[in-house]
Amino acid sequence: MDVILFLIFATIAVVCAINVVVQTHPISSAVSLIGVMGSLAVLYLLLGAEFIAMAQIIVYAGAIMVLFVFVIMLLNAGAESKRGRSLVAQLLGFPLLIAFLTLVSFLIQRLLPGTMAQFGTFKGGTAQNIGRALFTTYLLPFEVTSVLILIAILGAIVLARKELD
Amino acid sequence: MSGVPLSWYLILSAVLFSLGIAGFLFRKNIITIFMSIELMLNAVNLSFIAFSYELKQVNGHIFAFFVMVVAAAEAAVGLAIILTVFKNRSTLNVDEVNSMKY
Repeated sequence: MDVILFLIFATIAVVCAINVVVQTHPISSAVSLIGVMGSLAVLYLLLGAEFIAMAQIIVYAGAIMVLFVFVIMLLNAGAESKRGRSLVAQLLGFPLLIAFLTLVSFLIQRLLPGTMAQFGTFKGGTAQNIGRALFTTYLLPFEVTSVLILIAILGAIVLARKELD
Repeated sequence: MSGVPLSWYLILSAVLFSLGIAGFLFRKNIITIFMSIELMLNAVNLSFIAFSYELKQVNGHIFAFFVMVVAAAEAAVGLAIILTVFKNRSTLNVDEVNSMKY
């Protein structure tokens, strides 16, 4: 059952990721990216990461991608032209990508211990566990993150104001 | 009833990361380049969660959470920059935004 679910959602993720790269229109890429994030959320659930799976759907697919689609609509971004691409990159890119992936897969298979990931064996990813670790061991990084978010909001407001006037 | 080998998750993560790099290098539209960066961050998150499962610890989940926060901040600032660039240049093609090149 685990293997079937993994294969289904890994295939969806890879197909959607290829679609992100090859589609010429940005809105198609954005919708494919939402597919990648949704299937990755299911894989997180399989690995026992409930909280991260929900955060993935709410934060990534919900907030960040809506921001992307909003900007694409606002700028009325059209399809990208195909001219100006390097011939060497077109010819060599795909074979080199496959070769690199084969090498990395081989190394991962050889170097890693053959742990079997089974659904339900790791229960440490609940909101309770994450919250406890976040507010005890990782309290300082968590607070620094809030400062980072504040700076990002200020930066976005300053940049957006400059383009208004 | 056996589970999935953990290395499959890491290989999937490597595949998604490589596709993100390919999109980052090949595409000309600045918004699509930005989406490729998000794809790479997602691939890294999958690696963190897989290793967290392997070590039976929650630390990887915390790190994935921080990556999400940084991605949200980066998306907000980056899209504001894209809006400003489009306002000044009326183009989204990165090859035409080259005034710092010469």
